[in-house]
Amino acid sequence: MAKKERKHKAPERAAEPGVITTLSVPVVGSVGKTGSWRVFKPVKDEARCNNCLLCWIYCPEACISKDIRIDYDYCKGCGICAVECPRRAIVMVKEEKGGKSSR
Amino acid sequence: MSRMVDIANHIVAHAVKLARVGVVSAYPITPQTQVIEEISRLIESGEMDCEYIPVESEHSAMAALIGAAAVGVRAFSATSAHGLAYMHELLHWAAGVRLPMVMANVNRAMGPGWNIWCDHQDTVSQRDTGWIQLYCASHQEIADTVIQAFRISEDPRVILPVMVNYDAFVLSHSYMQADLPEQEEVDRFLPPFRSAWRLDVENPLTHGSVIYPGDYEEVRLSMQQAHDAARSVIAEAAEEYRGLTGRHHGALVEAYHIEGAEFALVAMGSLASECRVAVDALREEGLAAGLVRVRSYRPFPREEMVELLGGLKGVLVIDRDISFGMEGALYSDCKAALYGRAEVPIFNAVAGLGGRDVPYTTIMDEMRSIVRGERREAVSWPTVCLNDHHLASREGMSRCG
Repeated sequence: MAKKERKHKAPERAAEPGVITTLSVPVVGSVGKTGSWRVFKPVKDEARCNNCLLCWIYCPEACISKDIRIDYDYCKGCGICAVECPRRAIVMVKEEKGGKSSR
Repeated sequence: MSRMVDIANHIVAHAVKLARVGVVSAYPITPQTQVIEEISRLIESGEMDCEYIPVESEHSAMAALIGAAAVGVRAFSATSAHGLAYMHELLHWAAGVRLPMVMANVNRAMGPGWNIWCDHQDTVSQRDTGWIQLYCASHQEIADTVIQAFRISEDPRVILPVMVNYDAFVLSHSYMQADLPEQEEVDRFLPPFRSAWRLDVENPLTHGSVIYPGDYEEVRLSMQQAHDAARSVIAEAAEEYRGLTGRHHGALVEAYHIEGAEFALVAMGSLASECRVAVDALREEGLAAGLVRVRSYRPFPREEMVELLGGLKGVLVIDRDISFGMEGALYSDCKAALYGRAEVPIFNAVAGLGGRDVPYTTIMDEMRSIVRGERREAVSWPTVCLNDHHLASREGMSRCG
């Protein structure tokens, strides 16, 4: 969500009726592109992959699609997919210095 | 209407049944145990259609209640003292994500020293968790307040959890009469629970995740506004309940002989019943005494305090708790409510801690010293009585040094 666009509301708005809670609805990337946090990047080896989908199941950030494409905008590089892949079709590659690509 | 003669703990269970609660989760602790024993019995016998979730701790009990309320089920728990303290983090949680629910707490002393008797330290210690806190003074009031508490908690202007508090043993274990309304009457007063929000796979949302500084204060202010709104909701619920049953135990406060009074007592729970006896006896002596029993501690009856105590010649606030390093917590709150709005000489008695008896004669003595203008200290401990055990303990401590 557009966190940076939020303006400080005028004080009188606080008196308006209605409950303000901690409720939030799921949106893509509510804290920005977390792919920038990555140190190691998962890279898929097309030749070894047999589409078992374990990586898709295990990815805690839902960054691997069902056709096994990795969303580098939001993948934090946790490496769970690489550990879980029984055919070692995903390997972790160190991000290049200075340029954490979000390709 | 059906009349029960039973212990308050059993009467609470029957009020919970009338409220058509869907989930109960609790862990037994003296002096609350019979509440959940009776609920279990009602469920087991088929008299009550409710899910009982047994848990290994009060922390889990409150977590289960949060889960139940979050999927839109009316939920109830009961606890006391250390059980309540163990819930502390999740009390903040339930209030912070705005989940309606009701919990009965049997007021008991906090250890050490290990003590199962009546004391308000347990709930006063949870004062700032965001829960509404109601204190009862009779079996009948407890039954009626449990039913009202669901209405207050679920009101769209409030949406906060409510704690119904009553004194250990004096109320929890004593046999008294209480009238319970018919199911149809309760159903009219308390419609089926419709939650303001609920967890739903078709419409995914979440509550209580990370809140940045840019959003947090607004959430807290909203809770404070809900407490402000609860003042009239509590009064309305009490009034509508009177229309249903003819019974009324007061709104935020219950005043007794306060009209024309020159001196007043302020107290909560069963201690306020003892104060009524003291007021009657003082009136017989020709002293214009009255009583303000605080029924809602949070939200605090600010306006009522100014209106009822303003202009009196002397007020004695009796606390069954102590805010260490300061004074009785109720006393601090009363003074804060009056500050800048009414000039009243106001004093504090910290008494009845850990189940210590507070006879009406002691209350009368305290009041007489205020009336005579002899009272010097702001805070007294009139039921303290040092004996050989205490002196032996002192002696032992000095030897340890």
